[in-house]
Order: sequence, then C-alpha cells, then structure tokens
Amino acid sequence: MPDTPELNIDRVAELARIALTPEEKAEFSAQLGEVLQHVEQLKKVDVSAVEPTAHAFAVENVWADDVAQEGLPVQEALRNAPAQRDNMILVPKVVE
Amino acid sequence: MADDLTFSTIAQLADRLAARDISARELTQATIDHTSAVENKVKAFNSLNPEDALAQADASDARRAVGQALGPLDGVPISLKDVIAVKDQPLTAGSKMLENYVSPYDATVASKLKQDGAVLWGRTNLDEFAMGSSTENSAFATTRNPYDLERVPGGSSGGSAAALAAGQSIATLGSDTGGSIRQPAAFCNVVGLKPTYGLVSRFGLAAFASSLDQIGPFARTVEDAAIMLGAIAGHDPRDSTSYKTDIPGYRAALAEKKGPWKLGIPKEYFGDGLDPEVGAAIETAIAFYRDQGCEVREVSLPHTEHCLSVYYIIATAEASSNLARYDGVRYTHRSADAKDVLDVYYKSREEGFGPEVKRRVILGTYVLSSGYYDAYYLRAQKVRTLIRQDFLNAYESVDAILTPTSPTPAFKAGEKADPLSMYLSDIYTIGVNLAGLPGISVPAGFSSAGLPIGLQLIGQPYQEADLLAIAHAYDSAHDWSAQRPSL
Repeated sequence: MPDTPELNIDRVAELARIALTPEEKAEFSAQLGEVLQHVEQLKKVDVSAVEPTAHAFAVENVWADDVAQEGLPVQEALRNAPAQRDNMILVPKVVE
Repeated sequence: MADDLTFSTIAQLADRLAARDISARELTQATIDHTSAVENKVKAFNSLNPEDALAQADASDARRAVGQALGPLDGVPISLKDVIAVKDQPLTAGSKMLENYVSPYDATVASKLKQDGAVLWGRTNLDEFAMGSSTENSAFATTRNPYDLERVPGGSSGGSAAALAAGQSIATLGSDTGGSIRQPAAFCNVVGLKPTYGLVSRFGLAAFASSLDQIGPFARTVEDAAIMLGAIAGHDPRDSTSYKTDIPGYRAALAEKKGPWKLGIPKEYFGDGLDPEVGAAIETAIAFYRDQGCEVREVSLPHTEHCLSVYYIIATAEASSNLARYDGVRYTHRSADAKDVLDVYYKSREEGFGPEVKRRVILGTYVLSSGYYDAYYLRAQKVRTLIRQDFLNAYESVDAILTPTSPTPAFKAGEKADPLSMYLSDIYTIGVNLAGLPGISVPAGFSSAGLPIGLQLIGQPYQEADLLAIAHAYDSAHDWSAQRPSL
C-alpha cells in the first residue's frame, strides 16, 4: 500500500464517469483521504500465506440448459427507457 | 380497535383470519388507515398502493371463502424495501436515478410472497442504493424513528424497520450488506434477520455489493421471522450464488430445539465505544441465557478491528462495478443537457446519484484502479479470509455468538455528518456479512431515554433453525417486542 494515500480525484471521477463540481472534488478528496488513512491499518496484517476470499462460500459456475425460454416482451423491456423509437433505445449520435 | 390489528403478529393474525374473526380486507384497510394517520410523522414509505392492496386482500378473502387459503401469510400486509422489484410497482432505490422506474418483473422473494397469498403493501424508504446507516441518504425523505422522531430509524432499511415499529405493516423485507437489516431493527425495537449468504435469492434485488448483499425479514417476534424466512428461503436458478439446500420448518424448530446451547461472547465487541446502557442490556441477556442452563464462554475474533476497513474496500469496489449499469442509456434518469454519449454518462450520473453514492463509487473505482488493486482490493480479500476463519474457529467451541447489534441506541438525525463516524455505527454487524453468516437482532430493552436496544445473535452457516431457536428462547421470555411507540 502506498505510504501516503493519494487519490487523484479528477482521474478517478473520469474512470467512474461521474461529473463532479469543484466543491464536490474538494469535499470528497478530504473525506476519502480520511477513509484511506483508516484502511492503512490493513498493512499491519500478515497476509503472505493467505488466499483471498471473493465469496464467503465456494461458488461454482452454474450452467443452464440450452433451452429457449420466454423473456420479457419488448414493451416491458423498454418500459423504462428514457428515449425510444421503433422498439429501440435512442441515444445521441455515437459516430460522426 | 384498529390499532390492535395493525400491531398484531403474523401468528396472531393467521389464527384470526383462519377463524374468520377478521377478513383480509378489514386487516388491510386498518393498515391503510393507520398508515394515513402516522405516515406524515414517520415517513417510512416512498410509495403506497392502497387500491391494489385491497384488491389483493379481496382475492385472499375469496380464496379463504372456498377453503383454498394458502398458509399463515395469506391476507397479511407485508411491505418491501424499495430496492426489491415488484411487478408494475415503482422501484426507486431511494435514488433520483430511478425516480420514475417501474419494475417489469417480480423479484423471486416478491413472487414467493405472492404465492403464499401475502398482500404486498407499499415501498419502504432506504438510504440511496442501500448505502448508509440512517436512511438520511434517501433522495426523497428522511425516515424518522417512531420511538423518537428527532432520531434516525437506522439504515439502510430504515423504512422497513420504522413501518413495522409504527404499525404500518405486519412484517417487512429489507436487505443487509453490512448491517442494514439488523441495525435498524435494533434502533426500532423489532426483530431483524440477515440469513446466510445464498439462502435467499437475490434475483430482483438492485445490487449494492454482490458478495455481501442478502435479503431478509423484519418481524415483531422471532416466531414471525421464522414464518417469513420459511416463505422466502430456497434455491433459485436465477441467482447463481443461490445455495441448494433443504429448507427446514423454521417455525416448528422453535419448539423442537430447546438447548441448552453454548454461547460465545467475543471480547473484541465489548471495548471502547460501547454505550454503557447497551452494554448493561447485553449483560442482562447473557445472564438470562446462563439462567436457562446455557454455557457462556469468552471467544476471540482477533481480526475484528479490520472489519470496517475490509468492508469499505470490498463493498465500494463491488458497488462501483454494480452501479456502472446506471448509465443514463437504458432505464434510468437521462440528463436533458447531454449532447453526446459521454455526456449521457457523466451528467446523468452527476444528476442521478446523491453524495454518499458518488463517494462510494469514487472510492470503489480508486481501489480497483490500475496500480492500487493489489494494495487495497486484493489485500482486503485476504484479510476477509482471516475474518471468516475467526468465526469458524469460534464455532468449534460454541453454537452461536452473542453481541450488541449496535454500539449505541438510535442517534439524532444530522448527528453523524462525517462519513467515517457514520460507518463506525456498523462495527458489530459488518463481520457477519464478510463471513457470510446468519445474524439476527432481537429487542433487548430500552435506554433511560426510552430508546430501543438490540441483541445480536450470530449463527453458523445455513443453521438458521438453531439461530432462530436460540433467539426465540430470549424473545418469548421477554415482552420487549410487544412495546409500542407513542405516536
């Protein structure tokens, strides 16, 4: 773990695809700096011989039989779309 | 009196409905009327469906009239946290991002409750996307604690706890990622059960942290919690982490399993920060179990001090991934100002997410980002292994672990302004999620200020029948859970 946690808020907000105001950037940087200070304590733990846990219990891949099943009707699937036309979701132009 | 109806238990109402002493319509109408009378104070619900609920009640009465009643939940109003999908009902997750969302399908728990004849009533408030410990992070309203309206009901399932405590529903469902069922149950003097990871399907639950989330019931008594768990537990092919196991008769187990049990008291849970009145109530509960012939011994969970750090790395990492789906494209809020596709992402998320969600997504993105993954996320997963092993080691000598649910009774709204102090209110509940274990909070008395105190019992994986029996021994010998707030 880095000695002094440095959170580049501009870079991380870009990765997270969230626009932040300058006020939010200042506030979050300070608050998350405190949280990162707190989690520095994990450095004290010897984990050299420890396997990571992703799930509390062993999770196996689950295979479904390859049988067609009815899904949501198109109208239901598009029910909450912010913009739609002809059974498609509308978005701003992607390619110039 | 109508109030007596709406403060009844499932067990009591099932008998009265079966005896035709009351109808499902009468019960549902009483619940609607009582909610109208107190909801402006409590603010437990994000939306209500009175006409639909009465139609469900009429269908229940019609089944009963022809001798086809479906069981103890048939005709009983039950409210679901507004993060669990119910077909044709809103699902806001307490977020502007989903302010206008209507579920096109049922969560598995919702369809199971419908199959048992329950009347699905209202959508209960929560911290946005279940991120919080006070229900203050909802985009729509701050739910109040029915025992003191200046105080929070806990969170994130604060609406589910408050609605039940205020007599606005007969039982409710919440979700628990780090204590979000147990802590509000403790704050509102109701029973709250977080089942073993995988026992209850998560299909139709808006995901926060997928390796920690679990749906569970709030109920007035442990017996009612057993009835509710029996209704919602079981393998579901639509949740790949759902566990294949036989579901025992949880309610019957309460009478069958008599103890005495071996209970472990983790010394790490009784240190600095524990309110003396909470500590005294827990000591009294320990004395009760001793008097019942239980062996109570100290155990050690040596990695307890790291639970909070591990949780806030793993939960935010998973959240940053899960919440990527709220992109403004398919079914969420979309910014009216978006000029291009990147704008749709940036601005819709800026407008749709509240401050705590933004903070957590930022933190989760950071700990997963290139150069930091090993230092934070991978290390946290390794310490998670040690935390889980602590519990399994303790279970070699005890049947269950007994702790306070929360270090303090309910705090005042606005009191915990900085995120870290809010996070610390979950200190006794988080380890249970990291280890995937079942945990239950049971009413265990009141502070001198009249605020509820909760006792937490932590069980072994998939041994909910034992855990419920241990909790029932205490709950059925005390009348804490029969107390009502004065509203």
